[in-house]
Amino acid sequence: MSREVMEYDVVIVGGGPSGLSTAIKLKQLNPDINVCLLEKASEIGAHILSGNVFETRALDELFPNWKELKAPIETKVSKEKFLFLGKEKSISWPTWLLPKVQQNHNNYIISLANLCRWLGEQAENLGVEIFPGFPASEILYNEDGSVKGVATQDMGIDKEGNKKDSFEPGIELQAKVTVFAEGCRGHLGKELINKFELSKDKDPQQYGIGFKEIWEINENNHEEGLVMHTAGWPLDNNTYGGSFVYHAKNKQVYLGYVIGLDYQNPYLSPFDEFQRFKTHPAIKKMLEGGKRISYGARALIEGGIQSLPKMYMPGALLVGCDAGTLNMPKIKGSHTAMKSGMIAAETINNHLKDNENLSTYEKLFKQSWVYKELHEARNVKPSFNWGLIIGILFTGIDQILFRGKLPFTLKHKHADHETLKTANEMPKIEYPKPDNVITFDKTSSVYLTGTNHVDNQPVHLKLKDAELPIKYNLEKYDEPAQRYCPAGVYEVQHENNLPKFVINSQNCIHCKTCDIKEPSQNITWVTPEGGGGPKYGNM
Amino acid sequence: MKILVAVKRVIDYNVQVRVKEDNTGVVTDNVKMSTNPPDDNAVEEAVKIKESGKAKEIVAITVGEEKAQETVRKALAVGADRGIHVKVDGVIEPLAVSKILQKIVDKEKPDLVFMGKQAIDDDCNQTGQMLAALLNWPQATFASKIEVKDKTLEVTREVDEGLETIEVNVPAIITCDLRLNEPRYASLPNIMKAKKKPIEQINALDLGIDTKPRIDQIKVEEPPKRKAGIKVANVEELVQKLKNEAKVI
Repeated sequence: MSREVMEYDVVIVGGGPSGLSTAIKLKQLNPDINVCLLEKASEIGAHILSGNVFETRALDELFPNWKELKAPIETKVSKEKFLFLGKEKSISWPTWLLPKVQQNHNNYIISLANLCRWLGEQAENLGVEIFPGFPASEILYNEDGSVKGVATQDMGIDKEGNKKDSFEPGIELQAKVTVFAEGCRGHLGKELINKFELSKDKDPQQYGIGFKEIWEINENNHEEGLVMHTAGWPLDNNTYGGSFVYHAKNKQVYLGYVIGLDYQNPYLSPFDEFQRFKTHPAIKKMLEGGKRISYGARALIEGGIQSLPKMYMPGALLVGCDAGTLNMPKIKGSHTAMKSGMIAAETINNHLKDNENLSTYEKLFKQSWVYKELHEARNVKPSFNWGLIIGILFTGIDQILFRGKLPFTLKHKHADHETLKTANEMPKIEYPKPDNVITFDKTSSVYLTGTNHVDNQPVHLKLKDAELPIKYNLEKYDEPAQRYCPAGVYEVQHENNLPKFVINSQNCIHCKTCDIKEPSQNITWVTPEGGGGPKYGNM
Repeated sequence: MKILVAVKRVIDYNVQVRVKEDNTGVVTDNVKMSTNPPDDNAVEEAVKIKESGKAKEIVAITVGEEKAQETVRKALAVGADRGIHVKVDGVIEPLAVSKILQKIVDKEKPDLVFMGKQAIDDDCNQTGQMLAALLNWPQATFASKIEVKDKTLEVTREVDEGLETIEVNVPAIITCDLRLNEPRYASLPNIMKAKKKPIEQINALDLGIDTKPRIDQIKVEEPPKRKAGIKVANVEELVQKLKNEAKVI
């Protein structure tokens, strides 16, 4: 069946910081370039989740007058703390002893979702055509193999794949250059990385899963502008992760936890580790009398420069964390994502104007401050393979004494899906039951995300082998999907004493963790019908 | 025939609504907003009637702040021909909306006015009825099926006892139930085209309508939390508890 075709100079897939910055910069360079941006969420910002302590460097370049334009960036960081947590105690690490990358006094505590909403408005004012609720579900190729554009998802298909009355076919968006800005583990980005072998000679990508809750807390416990990070309990020495606690305005606290997806114990439940973290006396005291108002989770990139794929291919570019530009030791990726988009825009502008090859993207990227900071940061994450304590010692030497200039680069050895040990080798973890005051279960948490997928649509979490979860994973790993999914999508139920694997795809909050961590890479995340997924507010 | 369809911008039905801490209302900042769901059914039905050749023009109207225009744009993207946005800031009650719609009806002279049976934010279920009274037009509320006849409509209504079928003379007000139809998706090319369709902006004050709220809202609170249930061991205990604790038997 032939689909309707629309042609643009540039089509951008994804309305996060990188995609929006690409669109804005393109229009700033040449208002005549016609730019279309697709977003799978029901509106810009509704699938954005981030800490977020924001470094304004890229935004200062994109909109030097962002203050006048009323960007939602208000709470300047006024105080910083770093705590090592033991089970009951905590030790405060002096901030002057923190590496420079972890000092935040020039940064702001923001909601990245709201910043994206604002960037979306700026982009529309510049003439970018933004289409929320339209996921790009398919890559189109020219006969010579170059990328021709994308197709949007068909709407109104039932579970069995039949057309419903409301069926609306997807359309083809063809472009001179297509920019993929889907964020961490974008499902089209993944296809491109494989097809064009963009990760050849690179280390395997490293990921983490990040949780975030917004709390409204008691005035007496609130200190607007305070940024706190913790390491240690409840994770053991061999699991990479830590928390963030950002005191925003209106008595709100952005509270979150990040765990490296290279963890080894299949019994580990990142969600429950986060819940347990909140019961530490230092944290619980702050939350008591408060109320949780939001919840969400999203996978993030931790691999850095060693794992960064080639970001250009015929007809297309990867920007932001669809490639992997997050700076892990800095715990920040928004400014680097934005800058990568702006560099992509310059490349595209030169390409359209003077037919310059898209490979100049790499050249410009390497000359930019993003590359410099990712290069300096490169050895931190891999050093934690030696455990938390040695990792911290090494990081001190690498970041404080040598400022990232040590003459070698540590490697990431394994992909995250290869790191699980079998269930019988690892200890079971008993997590405390939620008290529904400080800690909660997954169901009530997902409820806060406003997640919905139109029922009677095909399951968007595809199993390559439908038998594998029960026949292989259950015995070998006690089916870890039950635990690594932060939204309770995967369950092993028992029917007539036989285990059965159930996928509650309507709960999916689009974090992509299953696509990353499944030991046999058996789960593929694809786009559900447009507008589905969470409806995050101020995340 | 000409159909006027009224649409309202409300908090999206999937969003977990949160009460403001000072109990003056609910939080709407950066919350996902959408068209009131039964209003989508109203638009869909109007478009279907137009597609069947029984209507010539569909005018979508909304009353509300600047951003309420998005709901008219959406109606335009699924088949309405032009839009009207009556601008009012702040709280606006069904009576004021009805009075505004009355003025617009006087001006536009539609044969039918469609809208959702109620809005999911205030759940008032009043605007259609009040408009019918102000215009002295017949009304058919909670419509789950509409058949356009010569000078009349046959409307099936969702009532407590089941379904009721009535006939109303045109012109009439119809308020639509969710069962009426399945609203279509706006396609990307149609969204593009909708951007070029005209939306007339009118200030409520210019219509001579005082939109000041007539109701004093004292406070907004979350419903009390339900107590957790308990398991009883046997029938005796159940009866005893129903008698002595719940005092229902």
